[in-house]
Amino acid sequence: MESIKNNFRQYGMIVALIAIAVLFQVLTNGILLMPINITNLVLQNAYILILAIGMVLVIVTGNIDLSVGSIAGFIGAIAGVFMVRMGLPVWLAIILCLSIGGLAGVFQGYFIAYRGIPAFIVTLAGMLVFRGLNMATLMGQTISPFPTSFQAISQGFIPNFFGGNVNIIAFVLSGLASVCYILIEMHSRKSSKFYGIAVSSNIYFVIKLAIIAFVINLFGYWFAVANGVPFVLILLAVLILFYSFIANKTIVGRHIYAYGGNPKAAELSGIKTKRVVLLVYINMGILSALAGLVFAARLNAATPQAGNAFELDAIAAAFIGGASAMGGVGKVTGAIIGAMVMGILNNGMSIMGIGVDIQQIITGLVLLGAVIFDVSTKNKG
Amino acid sequence: MSTLLEMRNIVKKFGKVTALDGVSLTVTDGEIHAIVGENGAGKSTLMKILSGVYSHGSYEGEIFYNQNECKFQNIRDSEKQGIVIIHQELALVPYLSISENVFLGNEQTNHNIIDWNVTRKKTMELLEKVKLHEKPDTLIKDIGVGKQQLVEIAKALSKEVKLLVLDEPTAALNDIESENLLNLLLELKKQGIVSIIISHKLNEIIKVSDNITIIRDGKTVDNFPNENIDENRIIKGMVGRDMLDRYPQRQKTPNQQDILLHVKNWNVYHPAISDKKIIDNVEFYACKGEVVGIAGLMGAGRTELAMSIFGGSYGVNISGTIQKDGKNIPVKTISQAIDNGIAYVTEDRKQYGLILEESIVYNISLANLAAVSKNYVINKFHEKKVSEEYREKLRIKSRDILQNTKDLSGGNQQKVVLSKWLLTNPDILILDEPTRGVDVGAKYEIYQIINQLVEEGKCVIVISSEMPEVIGLSDRIYVMNEGKIIGQLPKSQATQEKIMQMIMSSQNDSRAT
Repeated sequence: MESIKNNFRQYGMIVALIAIAVLFQVLTNGILLMPINITNLVLQNAYILILAIGMVLVIVTGNIDLSVGSIAGFIGAIAGVFMVRMGLPVWLAIILCLSIGGLAGVFQGYFIAYRGIPAFIVTLAGMLVFRGLNMATLMGQTISPFPTSFQAISQGFIPNFFGGNVNIIAFVLSGLASVCYILIEMHSRKSSKFYGIAVSSNIYFVIKLAIIAFVINLFGYWFAVANGVPFVLILLAVLILFYSFIANKTIVGRHIYAYGGNPKAAELSGIKTKRVVLLVYINMGILSALAGLVFAARLNAATPQAGNAFELDAIAAAFIGGASAMGGVGKVTGAIIGAMVMGILNNGMSIMGIGVDIQQIITGLVLLGAVIFDVSTKNKG
Repeated sequence: MSTLLEMRNIVKKFGKVTALDGVSLTVTDGEIHAIVGENGAGKSTLMKILSGVYSHGSYEGEIFYNQNECKFQNIRDSEKQGIVIIHQELALVPYLSISENVFLGNEQTNHNIIDWNVTRKKTMELLEKVKLHEKPDTLIKDIGVGKQQLVEIAKALSKEVKLLVLDEPTAALNDIESENLLNLLLELKKQGIVSIIISHKLNEIIKVSDNITIIRDGKTVDNFPNENIDENRIIKGMVGRDMLDRYPQRQKTPNQQDILLHVKNWNVYHPAISDKKIIDNVEFYACKGEVVGIAGLMGAGRTELAMSIFGGSYGVNISGTIQKDGKNIPVKTISQAIDNGIAYVTEDRKQYGLILEESIVYNISLANLAAVSKNYVINKFHEKKVSEEYREKLRIKSRDILQNTKDLSGGNQQKVVLSKWLLTNPDILILDEPTRGVDVGAKYEIYQIINQLVEEGKCVIVISSEMPEVIGLSDRIYVMNEGKIIGQLPKSQATQEKIMQMIMSSQNDSRAT
């Protein structure tokens, strides 16, 4: 029963995502899932997805981070100074920017973890401080244009080495991804059997593999007939795989979840809980910086407004994706799905010509509805 | 005497699980009625039905109160009839005062404005009745659990209670507080208030109750007046078999020369009030294969001593030395303590021991994830395998190892916590109230686990407020009072009276000086 319930919560979100996608596919007369629009969706929402990954870990520890948008904006401004005004090489500027993001995380994480100041207050202060720093850095000006190699992060596509009209590289990548996925799943199933742990039935297993392989290759097809595979998609895929691995498979991941589930019990089990919290905020700082870079590259400008209200989108994505405000519960993949739900909602409504006012109302209600659904399925246990 | 309450053939199902399978209970006017049974027998469920937490219609059977059939829809309905239940987890708001708590939901108002003078005056009258000498404005967080329990009773009295139900009222109380509470129940009985008391502490039941009902596996199995009854008679009814020996025997006696743990000159100060000494120059040792008991009243500093040794998880300005096998070991942090083979099983497993929303596997591996990992990556298959081994070895009753620990009974939760610490492969286990809220059958199993550990040459330090348990389990007992160790007794000389005498004379000494 328990596993069915857990599965339902997990798959419930995927079902909701598919339902929303199908709904808007119909409402937009098929524009939503046109290959070019899929590419747009990825490019438009990349920075929110990046923030959502970090945010779900913060929320799992039972904390919050309101400063991520301001940090992203500030890093965008600094990137502009480094690359455009000072003319630093792109790679050096990126490393410096990510390091500064990490330092911002150290600064906030120190007060939260070691001084016991509530995260809400520390990061609210951080939100104001970094917003101010952003404006001070830019002095109200916009810096542009960025070097083309930097723009490519958010605007470029993997070159089609094979030539021809159809982008073979997209097929190759999606084919490779689906083969890797199947191999990993089969290995895990074999290990389960080896350790005498019950596994799902063969038919169920094969169907699951087939569906997921199909979906991966469907995306491959979409990208192939559009402009190809965006660089930022590869970046996202690496981040999602990496953080899912950290969260599910590593000791540090387990410590994060244990701390969120019961801080005192985690501490008494020998977990260095303060260090865990600090680490989560440093990570959030680095990812905020990355999101800031991706956003600046897409806009091809560093602006004083960059990053406004990003934190709210990231937080909403994590909660729509099933994270619990009480801590201890939340998945990286859940946050990704949450961010995709919001992305499709906004994109779909924009295509339909619905105004920003109505869009906000609907996004707000979806957030509330998702959490109500989550709470009610939890209580029925 | 007339019948006050009759519950007939109560059947309650949760989905496919039958929690109560035809329980009957008859309570007569003017008595104290005890309900006993193992954890999960259905006692609390029965009381939730009586108080309307489970509304009429969600169960089968009938309830008659004062000869009228009751169909309570919620707690308000039952309280209107004068039935008040005091749950194990007290329902008080820590940052509100005593008087605010007593009249919470029943505010004393004048034109919808709270009249604080009336509230305070009535509270004082009620506090007088329950013999609690505290000011009505004192905050709940500033008084101990024993006094909080009295506030709950005062709250019940404010509602014109006729039938008072207490679920494990003395579980968190020390001997003196328990004594006071039981005397209060006898006092209330004289004033015509009937009590139903659910308790694992059989000596208390024998002391105060008039009739005893035993519930086992959702059925009423026995019901008799409390006359010439001994504890074994009740235990037999609860577990369905004779339990001749409540504390299993050990084969070997430890060699007192073979000292494993030696704590010397141990001083600890209060974390908030840094000039208050909590542990005062304590020295004690424990040998290989030995069970050492630490007896004392609540507040004697036993938990504080244990936690300060366990990586300084309590207190500040800790000084002193800890030797293991004659060598000084550092225990500045919890992970250092664990690395040096010390494990501490907390007295409050729900708050500090378990992550309740997570599975058995997850909880078992938590303190030693390295054991199931390679290069910081957890091998989940290996983790499950190890947990499964502990589940079998310690006989944790659960659906499987993926079940959430919050759904387990107290005894099984405690076994999960023990598994967690056994996985760290400790040499020294400190068990703080290892059987609190654990039923008789599971208690025996935990005692067996303790015996097995000392047979393997580990040493086990047991802290318990149940003195028979300390005496029954330990090879040697230290008695603590006011942060000091005031003496030790070998098992052969330890009796409850002797320990109490030591504590009392020490208290007199400290007052005289």
